[in-house]
Amino acid sequence: MTYSYFPGCTLKTRAKDLDRWGHAAMEALGIELQELPEWQCCGAVYPIARDEIALRLSSVRALATARDLGQPLVTLCSACHHVIKRVNGDMQRDETIRDRANTYLQLDKPYEGEATVLHYLEVLRDAVGFDKLKEKVVKPLTGRKIGAYYGCLLLRPSAEMAFDDPENPTILEDFLRAIGAEPVIYAQRNECCGGYVTLEKRDFAKKRVAAIEDNAAALGAEALVTACPLCMYNLRENGNGMPVYYFTELLAEALGLKEVEA
Amino acid sequence: MNDAVETVRRISGVNPLKCMKCGKCTATCPAYDEMEYHPHQFVDMVANGRLEELMGSKGIYLCLSCFACVERCPRNVKPGALVEAVRLMVIRQQEQNHLKPQEIPALLEESLPQQAITSALRKYRR
Repeated sequence: MTYSYFPGCTLKTRAKDLDRWGHAAMEALGIELQELPEWQCCGAVYPIARDEIALRLSSVRALATARDLGQPLVTLCSACHHVIKRVNGDMQRDETIRDRANTYLQLDKPYEGEATVLHYLEVLRDAVGFDKLKEKVVKPLTGRKIGAYYGCLLLRPSAEMAFDDPENPTILEDFLRAIGAEPVIYAQRNECCGGYVTLEKRDFAKKRVAAIEDNAAALGAEALVTACPLCMYNLRENGNGMPVYYFTELLAEALGLKEVEA
Repeated sequence: MNDAVETVRRISGVNPLKCMKCGKCTATCPAYDEMEYHPHQFVDMVANGRLEELMGSKGIYLCLSCFACVERCPRNVKPGALVEAVRLMVIRQQEQNHLKPQEIPALLEESLPQQAITSALRKYRR
């Protein structure tokens, strides 16, 4: 199966590990991620105000290209996924936004939200299957206690993201079990890390990270996994040294891909 | 200010009068203690037309946009959308950008992800 793939700005620069191990793992699992031609920034933050049209356009361009290619659009970065998925919902449901975006873009065929937007984890769960993934694991992460850090962007608002149960998510824990690790469930796993204020109020961001790390550590986690480059930066730079990995790094490790490269 | 309140309601899509003042938004907000006006107060102040105080508050730049209040409000009021709309009422005015491009170089560090800068520019200026 071939999917269109939207990497986003940060995966090509500061978050290369999220991108390259994600690609390598899907290839090993028999799925091709085809980078969307001439993709632009997703918009970086979802524009909450309904009268912000321009900030939605780059997502609409990506969505329309994916539709024209006839392939579901897969994202990996939590922020890209959040923005593109919600803008797609706007194009399906909000007549004003749809009309204004299409009037501006003048696409050959107006875009009305036809594309399917999937997060990488959803492809792992639904197209590969966690049972199947487990069979492909050659180097299980046996005995490693890992806390899944969901953060906010993948889960909320659940009415639009429809990703997992927003208060009791399981997809990352199921993933961790599939690669042989022991997931640690802790209360702060779906609370915000404060990444957005790190530029202006680092002390506040540090408080948030401490709350997350302390909670995870108290329940036995020795490391955290995330899908978000901003969470990764914040947890690493403003934390107390608990290791943080992209989930694709652990996936590649379990599939034996890291050793092949080394 | 009445027109401005109407604009806030329109662009946020929020009717603050639906609030039943249970305080769940404030209880769940990771930034509540950093803001002069907690989320439930914020909703009440919009409902009562106290926009100038909100527009002058530092709290509008401290909302994390994590959607915890939006997800957990039993009345679907979306306090976070109101915070965003009030911030827009400030930065959409001429010369009221909260972040200027020339301030960016000093903020850059080796490991800072591009999305942090892009997000800040998108959230804090027009």
